[in-house]
Amino acid sequence: MSTTNAAIGKDGGSPRGEALLPSGTQRARLRKWRYFKDGVSRYGVGAGGLGVVFALGLIFVYLFYEVAPLLMSADVTPHESYQIPGEPGAQTLHLAMERYEELGVRFSDDGVATFFETQDGTVRKSVELPIPPTARITGFSAAESRQRLVAYGLSDGTAVVARHDYDLTYPDDTRYIEPKLTFPLGKEPVVMDSSGEPLIQVAIQEGTRGFAMAALTANNRLVFSLYRTSTNLFTGDSEISRSEYELPSPPGVARRVLVDSDHRAVFVADNQSRLHYYDVSQPRNPRLVESVRVVDEGHQVTTMEFLVGTQSVIIGGSDGSLTQWFLVRDDNNERHLQEVRSFEPQPAAIATIAPELARKGFVVGDAAGGLSIHYATSHRTLLQEDILDGPIQAIGLSPVNQAMLMLGPDGRVTPMTLKNPHPEFSLGALWGKVWYEGREEPTYTWQSSGATDEFEPKFSLIPVTLGTIKAAFYAMLFATPLAIMGAIYTAYFMQRHLRGFVKPTVEVMEAMPTVILGFLAGLWLAPFIEAHLPAVFSIFILLPLLMLVVGFAWSRLPGAIRLRFPAGLEMLILVPAIIIMVWLCIQVSPLIEIWFFGGSTRQWLTDVGISFDQRNALVVGIAMGFAVIPTIFSIAEDAVYTVPRHLTQGSLALGATAWQTVVGVVLPTASPGIFAAVMMGFGRAVGETMIVLMATGNTPVINFNIFEGMRTLSANIAVELTETAVGGTHYRILFLSALVLLVLTFVLNTAAEIVRQRLRQRYSNL
Amino acid sequence: MTIKKWFKSGSPWIWLNAGAIAISMIMVVGLLSLILVRGFSHFWPAPIVETTLTQPDGRQVQLLGELSRSQTLPAQVMREAGVDIPSDIDLVTRHLIKQGNRDVWGRDFVWYPETGMDEWRYPKEAMRLERREWGDFYGYPVRLKEEGRTVAEGEKLWPELQQRVDRANELFDEIRGIERGDIGAVNHRMERVRLEERRLDMDRRAGRIDRASMEEATVELEARRAELADEYAVLQQRLDQLYQDVRRDTLVGRVMDGREVEIPVGQIIRAVQPNDMSVVSKVGLYVAQFWDFLSGYPREANTEGGILPAIFGTVTMVFVMSIIVSPFGVLAAIYLREYARQGPLLRVIRISVYNLAGVPSIVFGVFGLGFFVYFVGGAVDQQFFPAALPSPTFGTPGLLWAALTLALLTLPVVIVATEEGLARIPSTIRHGSLALGATKAETLWKVVVPLATPAMMTGLILAIARAAGEVAPLMLVGVVKLAPTLPIDGHFPFIHLERKIMHLGFHIYDVGFQSPNVEAAQPLVYATAMTLVILIVMLNLTAISIRNRLREKYRSESD
Repeated sequence: MSTTNAAIGKDGGSPRGEALLPSGTQRARLRKWRYFKDGVSRYGVGAGGLGVVFALGLIFVYLFYEVAPLLMSADVTPHESYQIPGEPGAQTLHLAMERYEELGVRFSDDGVATFFETQDGTVRKSVELPIPPTARITGFSAAESRQRLVAYGLSDGTAVVARHDYDLTYPDDTRYIEPKLTFPLGKEPVVMDSSGEPLIQVAIQEGTRGFAMAALTANNRLVFSLYRTSTNLFTGDSEISRSEYELPSPPGVARRVLVDSDHRAVFVADNQSRLHYYDVSQPRNPRLVESVRVVDEGHQVTTMEFLVGTQSVIIGGSDGSLTQWFLVRDDNNERHLQEVRSFEPQPAAIATIAPELARKGFVVGDAAGGLSIHYATSHRTLLQEDILDGPIQAIGLSPVNQAMLMLGPDGRVTPMTLKNPHPEFSLGALWGKVWYEGREEPTYTWQSSGATDEFEPKFSLIPVTLGTIKAAFYAMLFATPLAIMGAIYTAYFMQRHLRGFVKPTVEVMEAMPTVILGFLAGLWLAPFIEAHLPAVFSIFILLPLLMLVVGFAWSRLPGAIRLRFPAGLEMLILVPAIIIMVWLCIQVSPLIEIWFFGGSTRQWLTDVGISFDQRNALVVGIAMGFAVIPTIFSIAEDAVYTVPRHLTQGSLALGATAWQTVVGVVLPTASPGIFAAVMMGFGRAVGETMIVLMATGNTPVINFNIFEGMRTLSANIAVELTETAVGGTHYRILFLSALVLLVLTFVLNTAAEIVRQRLRQRYSNL
Repeated sequence: MTIKKWFKSGSPWIWLNAGAIAISMIMVVGLLSLILVRGFSHFWPAPIVETTLTQPDGRQVQLLGELSRSQTLPAQVMREAGVDIPSDIDLVTRHLIKQGNRDVWGRDFVWYPETGMDEWRYPKEAMRLERREWGDFYGYPVRLKEEGRTVAEGEKLWPELQQRVDRANELFDEIRGIERGDIGAVNHRMERVRLEERRLDMDRRAGRIDRASMEEATVELEARRAELADEYAVLQQRLDQLYQDVRRDTLVGRVMDGREVEIPVGQIIRAVQPNDMSVVSKVGLYVAQFWDFLSGYPREANTEGGILPAIFGTVTMVFVMSIIVSPFGVLAAIYLREYARQGPLLRVIRISVYNLAGVPSIVFGVFGLGFFVYFVGGAVDQQFFPAALPSPTFGTPGLLWAALTLALLTLPVVIVATEEGLARIPSTIRHGSLALGATKAETLWKVVVPLATPAMMTGLILAIARAAGEVAPLMLVGVVKLAPTLPIDGHFPFIHLERKIMHLGFHIYDVGFQSPNVEAAQPLVYATAMTLVILIVMLNLTAISIRNRLREKYRSESD
């Protein structure tokens, strides 16, 4: 071909050739340009198309990317260790850190608090506690870590209470932290035991009304003091009133004592593996409620600590066992100690437990140098590692859980970076029953945020998942019969012109914004149903009867009238009948209420023990059913309509009635299509957000009561996602529920699509 | 024919099926009429009812207001609600009266039982005042005062009042013009000065400029700021003057229990005496109120006033979305149909893309919030708007992210429709073009794609219809209950993609479910719902007519 072109190009001198065709080189250039454009189009479209497909795929990828960190376990990175600051010979009683993770503090048994830089151990400040020279330090205890409170018990029956505190200043726009010790009960030691016995164990906790302290004396007596601080309005001075009580002596030799921040319970561990619970809510009348064995026979409690909020006690045993206990109310409204869960044990005796300051997690060090991180609510062990050769003496955890200090047997402190972003997550926490603090029994609960710091988030997806299923179930219960029966009639029986009007009208409803349906359901339908409950149920029961009655009456009409109407217009005859019927039902509704329900159906329902919300599953069922009817109708109608004519005509020719043909031929052939339609509808009902958001009370309940509301996955996301911290566990769990929704609907739709494609193939073969 | 035989024939089933579709049709038509009737009737001036209610204990209460709706229910229900009903009555009819005057009574909608109600009267001089605050006022006009002294009473009052209301409204228009326009512009420039200052400061810290040039620039900025402050002061002075002018007149009205209440005329938007109006003037009032609704700004926590920002936001968002979704959707469809190698992998991709159309919209919202807003938006802020940090520019929900999220949501719709259109084009046309020596690209862009344009338009229509009504994802990625500014205005760059928008659908949700006075807000919600339905239908119709015209055009060309 190119030679021909060239030939023409060569004798381009002829005037005709010049007029018709450009020269060879020009055409070659043009051809090149055209091929270039072809290539640009090919790769441009390819890039664009693949880009779009990729962008859509990105949804999956990104949701996974956001969810994945939930599965990560904790991670610690030790940094270079240094000799513990302060007096090396003294024993370290307590280690802590401030919230910028810049400074740490060490309380030692020589009565000195040493503030040091966590990086390298440089001493920033060293404060001696005001301990009288006549007394010795005999006991020590720290309150719940976020209170930053410590108490030293002295040999003369008194105690010194101190708080480590930090002042922030910004000289030259850089942060400077000035540590200090304050003495909330005064610098003078407070008297715990008037008889002056040495305090071998002390416990302190600040509550809303003041401080509570408990102490064990050398002669195994248990003393309890309450300190109430009141501020004088005029002078601004605060006054401390003290009341001293004595609790019954614990059986056995007590080793460790704890008091809770409500000042209602004192826990004492003895040397015989038992935990004693004292009820001190009436301190004048304290009771030893019970004594429970908390570690195996022959072992001892080596340490015990409160989790944040002082509701749960974590018991560490000499056998390495770790158990969580809290008080549970029994049927007589009496609180009892209950073992809630036990954690992965350590190989050696538990040496120290450091609770997290804002979550229900804790870090454990054992006597053989093993370190482990656990989380109570999710019952998860996030880390278990052998880190030292000897016992871990003390652990100081940062308030924001990103760093910790660990004191080894050789007196060296190792600063560590801690990564533990999502301990609250576990499959058990999401899908299993969890025993939450303060509950009588394990429950499925969704309650993602609370008012206080020590709130235990409850992330059970069961209530919201069941809510989703409940809403979808009632919607499908309402929509499926209407849509499928309507589709059969429209496709097979309805007169052609009427079908041309009915089908688009129903289908146009698919474009109806669901927010409008939701608003009508919530503001119009819900109050209407509440006021006309008898009417609603009589309509549900009477309408099918009415259709049959009208149908039969029609068949009894004289042929002269009957035959004037062509077949396929039954719908038009029924419309006025149904409207009149509905109107009648609404009119007599109050009368039915008076006759059968004592004047108020709502009250009647409550009396028979059915709780009733105005925005309930019935409303959602109708409203969401309305939203999915077009989806189901449209696909099912197509499936029935495209059943090849020769099949039905064959059936009719063999003498089957129209209905026999439908049941025997049309439905079996179209059933995959109808099935696909139902699945599509279900997929839509599962993911629908606005209707459930507006037409239910959005309470996460677990029941299938038609008169109560629910909270669905989608509504839950819509309500909570904007109000949660980006990147937090709650945020990611909401992403997880979005991923669940995505996968669920995707699978449903794909299955439906495959069924439909098979069906199409089958039809083309018939 | 006996019943038994009739049942055997199968007709009962046919009738039941017919009943199912009849119910569906009744629901569809009923729903649409409910919205339209409630939406449209909101603007019709209802008559003001006056009656006397004798309560069971013998006390008499004067009532004045509009009838909102009535209900008949068993007396027991009312008794449980704490209403005193004589025990010999079984059924009670009660009326919800809109008695307005929220500032006087606290409650503006109250249920009253019919028992003990006097005959209903429609006094001609009863008036309804639409106010800027506290909702409507119902009562009788008594006298009109200017700076404390009476200027009109009796017959002369009404025309005089109308005149003064018009004057106040004109003043308010001017006030709003200054507040929204001029002061808005000053604030905008002030913010720019602040950002420039921060940028300078950051540049100096980063060592990009030295102290001297920074100080020089700062002096210049200070000068600009001072200038702006002066401008602001002038405007503020003018505003104070206007506010003072507006406060000149007061109207004394008598409310239903005979008390006299003073209402500043400046608070009145419109004063009407509906019982004294002819049908023609009612129609005029209807049109005026309807127009106010469409073109006005919301008042009183969105429960009154207009919905212009919501309409504007919806349309802008849908427009931006269309610009994004149409080229990409079409490109993807062309790629899938024309260029990609047909095989099992492509089938999987195709089904997956189609199925994304059925994925719950909230999932797209979650993706949009996480990926667009926090991930992309956060990066954009770091890169291009560091001066505004820590307050985010693009790292917060906004118009662009809303449009992008909805574009993603509607992509499958456009792809499916376009692919269908491409598949319908007979292969003979393609082959003809290729046989004439056209390259693949030429065949595609000059023959196939133009023929498939109507299908693409269909896809876009469906996409727009879906996007305009979608609310759940928007709640996460860019819609707010009250946006202080419209997304398009006179300041550079004119269309502000980072701004949050108002949206009709969200407006319905917000006003209907989040407002404290649901009863008062309800008519407005119906009207908004009606607007949204009409908007969606209109978008559909416009696009359908475009499609039909294109179809005509290509039909004549391809012949």
